[in-house]
Amino acid sequence: MSSPRVLVLRAPGINCERETLHAFARAGGAPEFVHIRQLLEAPERLDRFGVVAVPGGFSYGDDISSGRVLAQEMKARLGDRILGFVERGGLVLGICNGFQVLVRLGLLPCTKNRLEEEVTLTHNLSNHYECRWVTLRTEKSRCTFLPAGLTLRWPAAHGEGRLVARDANLQKVLLDEGYAALRYVDDRGQPTERYPWNPNGAPLGFAGLTNASGRVLGVMPHPDRSYLPTHMPAWRRTVLDRGELAHDGDGMVVFREMVRVAKAES
Amino acid sequence: MQAWRIDVVVRPDQQDPMGDAAARALRSAGLDGIESVRSRRGYLLAAELDEAKVRLFARAVLCDPVVDDFVVHAPTATAPAPAPGSHFVAVVPRPGVTDPVAHSVQKALVDMGLPDVATGTYRVHDVRGRVDAPALLAAAKKSLANAVVQDVLLDALPAGLPGSVGRADLAVHTIPLANLDRTGLEKLSKDGGLALDGAEMEAIQRHFQTLGRAPTRMELETLAQTWSEHCKHKTLTGNVQFEGRTITNLLKNTIAHVTHTLNRDFCVSVFVDNAGIIRFDDEDSVCIKVETHNRPSAIEPFGGAGTGVGGVIRDVLGTGLGARPIANTDVFCFAPPEMRSDQVPPGCLHPLSVLKGVVAGVRDYGNPMGIPTVNGSVHFDENFVGNPLVYVGNVGILPTARAKKQAHGGDVIVALGGRTGRDGIHGATFSSLALHTESETLSSGAVQIGDPITERKVMDAVLRCADEDLFSAITDCGAGGFSSAIGEMSEGLGAVVELEAAPLKYQGLAPWEIWISEAQERMVLAVPKEKLDRLLAVCREEACEATVLGMFTGDNRLVVKFGGTVHADMDLHFLHKGLPPRTLQATWTPPAHREPALPPEKDIGRALLAVMADHAICSKEWIVRQYDHEVQAASAGKPLCGVREDGPSDAAVLAPKLGSARGVVLSNGLNPRYSRIDPAAMAECALDEAMRNLVAAGGDPDYTAVLDNYCWGSTQDPQALGELVRATDALCALALTYRTPFVSGKDSLHNEFKAKDRTIRIPGCILVTAMSVISDVRNTLSTDAKRAGSLLVLVGLTKDELGGSVWYKTKGELGRNVPRVDHALGAAVLRGVHRAIAAGCVLSAHDLSEGGLAAAAAEMCIGGKLGASLDLTAVPTQGTLRDEQVLFSESQSRLLLEVAPDRLADVRANLHEVPFAVIGEFTTARDLVFHRARAPIAKVPIADLERAWKRPLDLDGTLLQEVSR
Repeated sequence: MSSPRVLVLRAPGINCERETLHAFARAGGAPEFVHIRQLLEAPERLDRFGVVAVPGGFSYGDDISSGRVLAQEMKARLGDRILGFVERGGLVLGICNGFQVLVRLGLLPCTKNRLEEEVTLTHNLSNHYECRWVTLRTEKSRCTFLPAGLTLRWPAAHGEGRLVARDANLQKVLLDEGYAALRYVDDRGQPTERYPWNPNGAPLGFAGLTNASGRVLGVMPHPDRSYLPTHMPAWRRTVLDRGELAHDGDGMVVFREMVRVAKAES
Repeated sequence: MQAWRIDVVVRPDQQDPMGDAAARALRSAGLDGIESVRSRRGYLLAAELDEAKVRLFARAVLCDPVVDDFVVHAPTATAPAPAPGSHFVAVVPRPGVTDPVAHSVQKALVDMGLPDVATGTYRVHDVRGRVDAPALLAAAKKSLANAVVQDVLLDALPAGLPGSVGRADLAVHTIPLANLDRTGLEKLSKDGGLALDGAEMEAIQRHFQTLGRAPTRMELETLAQTWSEHCKHKTLTGNVQFEGRTITNLLKNTIAHVTHTLNRDFCVSVFVDNAGIIRFDDEDSVCIKVETHNRPSAIEPFGGAGTGVGGVIRDVLGTGLGARPIANTDVFCFAPPEMRSDQVPPGCLHPLSVLKGVVAGVRDYGNPMGIPTVNGSVHFDENFVGNPLVYVGNVGILPTARAKKQAHGGDVIVALGGRTGRDGIHGATFSSLALHTESETLSSGAVQIGDPITERKVMDAVLRCADEDLFSAITDCGAGGFSSAIGEMSEGLGAVVELEAAPLKYQGLAPWEIWISEAQERMVLAVPKEKLDRLLAVCREEACEATVLGMFTGDNRLVVKFGGTVHADMDLHFLHKGLPPRTLQATWTPPAHREPALPPEKDIGRALLAVMADHAICSKEWIVRQYDHEVQAASAGKPLCGVREDGPSDAAVLAPKLGSARGVVLSNGLNPRYSRIDPAAMAECALDEAMRNLVAAGGDPDYTAVLDNYCWGSTQDPQALGELVRATDALCALALTYRTPFVSGKDSLHNEFKAKDRTIRIPGCILVTAMSVISDVRNTLSTDAKRAGSLLVLVGLTKDELGGSVWYKTKGELGRNVPRVDHALGAAVLRGVHRAIAAGCVLSAHDLSEGGLAAAAAEMCIGGKLGASLDLTAVPTQGTLRDEQVLFSESQSRLLLEVAPDRLADVRANLHEVPFAVIGEFTTARDLVFHRARAPIAKVPIADLERAWKRPLDLDGTLLQEVSR
């Protein structure tokens, strides 16, 4: 079995592509950059990949609304092909701005298998950007590659991360039917809406979503900034307590599991 | 120009953080009676679009269908009146001010296949409640807008898009100098904003006399830009007479002399490029540059600070043959944020507004660039009220083989990135004049607003072109715009420029304005002809505009044309070498300060709480968290550390090559307060502090380069210049002992504010930035206490040095005994501590700076959520000191180390000749306890210290939630 090919999307303003690429490579994938222009010119390129990653950043400056312009571009010119990619077994990861793009595109949570904006990621209640490490719990969800029951520390770094569903009914569906893949938890391990454990005020502490088929994952906090052991803020304490550095940082699980599943299915 | 107006509103059942923030801002500006504020985002689209397209676009792009609604107003419609019981204010960018959001809207139109029409934006705040309309307008002007770049409308929306700017004056204007005497020349310089002195104007007059003609306006402007203090550093490269000696070229004979004397083998390129370059590993080097952007930030803090960040990033991007920026640093100096409004002179913004604007500016530029902001500090002094200091730094990485550049005759001149507008005209000369009461209104042309997405595209394009080796030289367009960038690159070569090709933001610019505009996000490249097509193709792929502006030649003449007409034809030798050297007088009389006779401190605990709450020491978490310090995934030592990641760090640690543990440690040192007593102390303490911070985090003092960034009040006054010379001498002497070469530096020497009744001059400041290369980031430390039961080891000697200390400041005193650095001891401390850390026998380390031993111990406890017990009799002192002197002295070259009891012998072996002592231990009881032998002195709960330390700059009111837990 060869390494699964991972498309790491580049676009004006995307700025986490290097670390995303490195994390997938470290996990045993075969990642490569593809610029959105190249993809729009030849959308069939998509079919050569097993995994698509939309990295974080400020696509097109993000100054109308985060991720909207890139999502609009992808929807208009790639829309069905992306749905088809997922239906045929492709995996998709959106991190931070990439998550915002997937949400605006309608690929997440995609409860009705059509590209439609069902939720949004909107302004933090603080009304400003904030960078802080958060604690996350992976839920029992539809996600085919993210194990449930993990407690993970990743850094959040965003100004528009408050996940709001279109209505209360959908919000309940997201929770009850396994779309909410990750939630912010407080110092007792409980899902929380309270600052600072929940940095943006998202109802029910939603931090990440998967889609109906569990093949798409979007997360606001950054596994791509927490996959190496020295990324972790407490790595020096870990060395003292365990006598050595951990092998991975907490974000590594996402890349490793995506590569593992993509490989097993290829 | 008529336009469609689209108001996007957050639906009433949804939370509106922007509206809530506006309500808080209006209330804090003193507006009473507000019930609620809701926000609207407004967009203007040119009237030529049809309504169906406008609605389609609004629905697809402008509005978030989950939480927003939108309303479209026809171009001819008048703005609806406010609902009864409410008013609204609209904040609108002023004509000619860069509006990056409008730029993105235009881009989105094109992406959707809609016509590329003019666009604009505005913000509206709908205020409900019993508010007085004029009071609302006044409060909005104060707290929601900056009059320099924005207009505020009450109960009205913008009438449409700004009209065209008018026809450009394309004529060649000559400026006769021949018949002017010195006074006339000086007047011409002053009236034209040229910032050239009489002698310089006379040199220009003589030059053109020998040519038998008058200079053109463009030629005169080019000389003014190139010869500006900002570009040529004519004070620091001039001759100074000081205490009986004449120093020719101060910079060369002091700062550069240190570097050349030390001749360290890790230096790759110093003082010749945009940034200093040192070796990182066998393949790559790291480069670093620190700039100031004080003037623009005083007038428009948001835009000024943002474009400062953008500028220093371009400096690094344009270093060698293109370096990839990997980290930002920033250091700010403000007046105290609690300053009473009536103490703020007319023409100055309130320091709290400046602070908030500067932080937002750095945030909104640095974060979108995808460059982590990893290190910095903030300082406060009343005399920064008219001239806040905004230091911005950037670090980059590049292959060592590409550290040198050289344009060649025949290379094509290519401009990359942003378009040229009227923004920032005369920025370079503006920064060389004193600010005064009317600068706020007179200098708005010098204000720039950044557009980080454009710069990100430039960066992506440049780095790809660099990888493909497509250019032979590169520089950024900073002060002086094209005139400086192309003028510098063509030195020794010559160039012909066809300015008509330069893409403009709008029509109406005269050729000389295009030539000197400081519009942001532009770079200039020298491209070999055969590589031009490929370079243009890469730029197209990266959506980065690239334009051929001309060609480098070989006749050492700078020829600038517009539509075939020659506007400038200058001898480059005169342009670069014709500036007459200045000779300035300097003198230094020590100011008459005295030590205060304070009664013995009765309540040491309370004194410590006051020290922790001083702005110099208090937590900067509110600022730090607004910056992305994690992007690029290189962070191995973060700005905040400890159990809850809220303790202060001494330095940043980065592993910039993903997968490699080789690293960079970055730190800084600055203490403006010491300058009031003795600038020599200020300067050497800055270097010592930067080095202490660096070593505490695990940096290697023998593989460290430093930068000097001067900000001075004035250098016309001999005493002020004497202070500068004295500071420079002290800094250089210590750098020679520490063997730390200067690799880059910058100066900003006109930081005084002329208020009606007085001149406010900043204390002379030298920021020292230090960068070390280390082999393994896993051998670095943080400042937070790790384990109860470990020993506290104090390294260094504590002296009666409280002059300029924070403790004296809390008593309203300045004092005289300012800390000085014992060179030999300092060098031994840095190297001894580094040996101990490298040997792995230290658990945490923290330098002693403002607030002395007590503050350092408190900070280690706050980070580690542990207590500590300290025996003051154990502290190594010079002479007998009182308790408060031991605790709050700011003597240099001291660090606190946390050491496991079984490693103490190893620490001792590594420190050898350095004075040190075990002064206590960390405890599970969360109190900081001081005692002498068994006699208790004070006991302060860590939670109290933490609250005191976090409260002063807790500007969102969110930092104290976790303290009691």
